[in-house]
Amino acid sequence: MSTVGLNGYLAVAAVLFVCGVICMATKRNGIGVLMGGELVLNGANINFVAFSKYGTLGLDGQIASLFVIVLAAAEAAVALAIALNFYNNHLTIDVDRADELKG
Amino acid sequence: MELFLFGLFALGAAGGALAVVFSQNVVRMAFYLVISLGCTAGLFFMLGADFVGATQLLIYVGGTVVLLIFGVMLTATGPYLSIRTSSGDLIQAVVVGGAFLAMLILTVMQVDWSGYSAKLAAAHGASSMERAGYTDPADGNTSRSLGLALLGTRPDQDLGSERAGELSTGYLLPFEIVSVHLLVVLVGAAYLARAKRKLTRVET
Repeated sequence: MSTVGLNGYLAVAAVLFVCGVICMATKRNGIGVLMGGELVLNGANINFVAFSKYGTLGLDGQIASLFVIVLAAAEAAVALAIALNFYNNHLTIDVDRADELKG
Repeated sequence: MELFLFGLFALGAAGGALAVVFSQNVVRMAFYLVISLGCTAGLFFMLGADFVGATQLLIYVGGTVVLLIFGVMLTATGPYLSIRTSSGDLIQAVVVGGAFLAMLILTVMQVDWSGYSAKLAAAHGASSMERAGYTDPADGNTSRSLGLALLGTRPDQDLGSERAGELSTGYLLPFEIVSVHLLVVLVGAAYLARAKRKLTRVET
């Protein structure tokens, strides 16, 4: 049996998800936090497409992954605009400096 | 062959993701992200999702990452090229993340997926992936079915279905919502990122 099966894809998706979470939690660069978000969304996408092939989800899984891709692009555009605004105000992209709302 | 390709793409995707985490330079992180996302597109092709794989290459690797690289170029000046994470934080996050990863993978391995898949197939009929399209699914024929599903009709589920007189739901409304959402987001991003000008009040 030389086929991979569902478990392999789910394991890769788990690795991508966890890497994205670590990236979002530890990076001090705002753009790095964005990249972590992209990795998380990609892990979820792999799960959708894998279940679309190996489960009974059919094409619905692929459609869900298409929506995720579109929304990730939208999120990146808005977050980048916010990051540029932050850079204009603070002259750095270090997210630890965004503490004006701290009580 | 399938195993070799899966190993290659899985190694690229997971290794690229790990390199994104452990690299401290933003430009290198963007490059590793390209590798990871490209290998993910390869995994999509291996899963028979040709349209989603092509979309991943076009929109993610061609669009989103280019956007991120613009962000890197506009913000990474001189001393801010690499903002280092303190190693204590990184070790803490890796320990917690490793525990989380172990939990996820152990959970996935516990489930007997093929047994559930057989049960579901017995209850709902075969997956529509097996009877979709005109050519062999391995050759890739999802774009026509995906387009029709986004327009609201589901011939991939309704053709040859046992349920007579009952149509499956499509995705026309979510498609319209997401298109308007994309327009709003682009207008909003252009508004947020516009060049600030000082307001000059015209004295009358």
